[in-house]
Amino acid sequence: MLIDWINFTPWASLAGGILIGLAAAIFLLFNGRIAGISGILGGLLQRSAGDMAWRIAFVLGLVGAPFVYGIFAPLPSVQVDAGTATLVVAGLLVGIGTRYGSGCTSGHGVCGLSRGSVRSLVATIAFMTAGFVTVFIVRHVLG
Amino acid sequence: MHIFTALITGIIFGIGLILSGMTNPAKVTGFLDLAGRWDPSLGLVMGGATLVGLFASRWATGRKQSLTGAVMRVPSATQIDRRLVLGGLTFGVGWGLAGYCPGPALASLASGGAKPLVFVAAMVVGMIVFEALERMSTRRKQTA
Repeated sequence: MLIDWINFTPWASLAGGILIGLAAAIFLLFNGRIAGISGILGGLLQRSAGDMAWRIAFVLGLVGAPFVYGIFAPLPSVQVDAGTATLVVAGLLVGIGTRYGSGCTSGHGVCGLSRGSVRSLVATIAFMTAGFVTVFIVRHVLG
Repeated sequence: MHIFTALITGIIFGIGLILSGMTNPAKVTGFLDLAGRWDPSLGLVMGGATLVGLFASRWATGRKQSLTGAVMRVPSATQIDRRLVLGGLTFGVGWGLAGYCPGPALASLASGGAKPLVFVAAMVVGMIVFEALERMSTRRKQTA
C-alpha cells in the first residue's frame, strides 16, 4: 500500500474529528439526541414532525459553518472531480441509502460506534466497503 | 434553549468537517482509494470524533434526561436486517462516486459553487423518494 504523504493532514484531520466529536457530545448532553445528519435532515422532510425548529437550526448552523470558519482562517480549497450526472446519481443514492439504512457517516459512523452499537458497526462496515469498492471500480477498473 | 444548542452543534460540527478535510471530495475519495495513493487522514477524523463521543456516550448511558431536561432519545434498535445493510451499501456507492456524505455536502453548500448544490438537491430528492416509497408500502400493508 502506497501512502499519499503529500496530502496526508494528520493534525488538521484529528483536530477536526475532535470538534465533530465535541459537537456530537454537546448535542447528546443538551438535546439528548444523536447528531446524525441524514436523520436530522430526513426528519425535516417527513412533514409530520412536530420538532422542526431545532432541525432547521441544526441545518442552518451546518450550512452557515463556512462563514464562521472564514472569520478565523481562509477556507481550504476543495476539488470535486465528479461531473453533474455523477453528482445527481450519487446524491440520489446517498439520499435513499442513508434513510433506508437509518444513518450516515455521522449517525452510524461516529455516534453509533462511540455508543458501541453493533448495528451501527454493521452499517459502517457496509458503507465503507461499498465506498472502497466503488472508488476501486471507478479509478482502477473503468478509469 | 434546544434550538440554540442545535444551532451551535451545527456550527461546530461544520467547522470540524471543514478543518478535517471532509468537505473536500478529492480528499474523501483519496481515503477510499486503497489501491492507489492512500490518504489515511479521514481515519483520524473518525478516530478523533469517536474517541470524544465515547465520553459523551458513557455519560448518557442510563440517563433519562439531558442536562437541560430534554428526554434522551438515543436509538434503541439492535436488529441487523436487510434494510440496514442494503441502505448502508447504497449510501456507500453514492459516497464513493461523489466523495460527499450528507454533513460535508451541507457544510459546502454556501461556499462550494454549483456542484455541492446539485448533490444536495439530488440527495433531498432521494430522501423524498424514500419517504414516498415508505408511505406507499405502509398503505399497502394496511390494505392487505
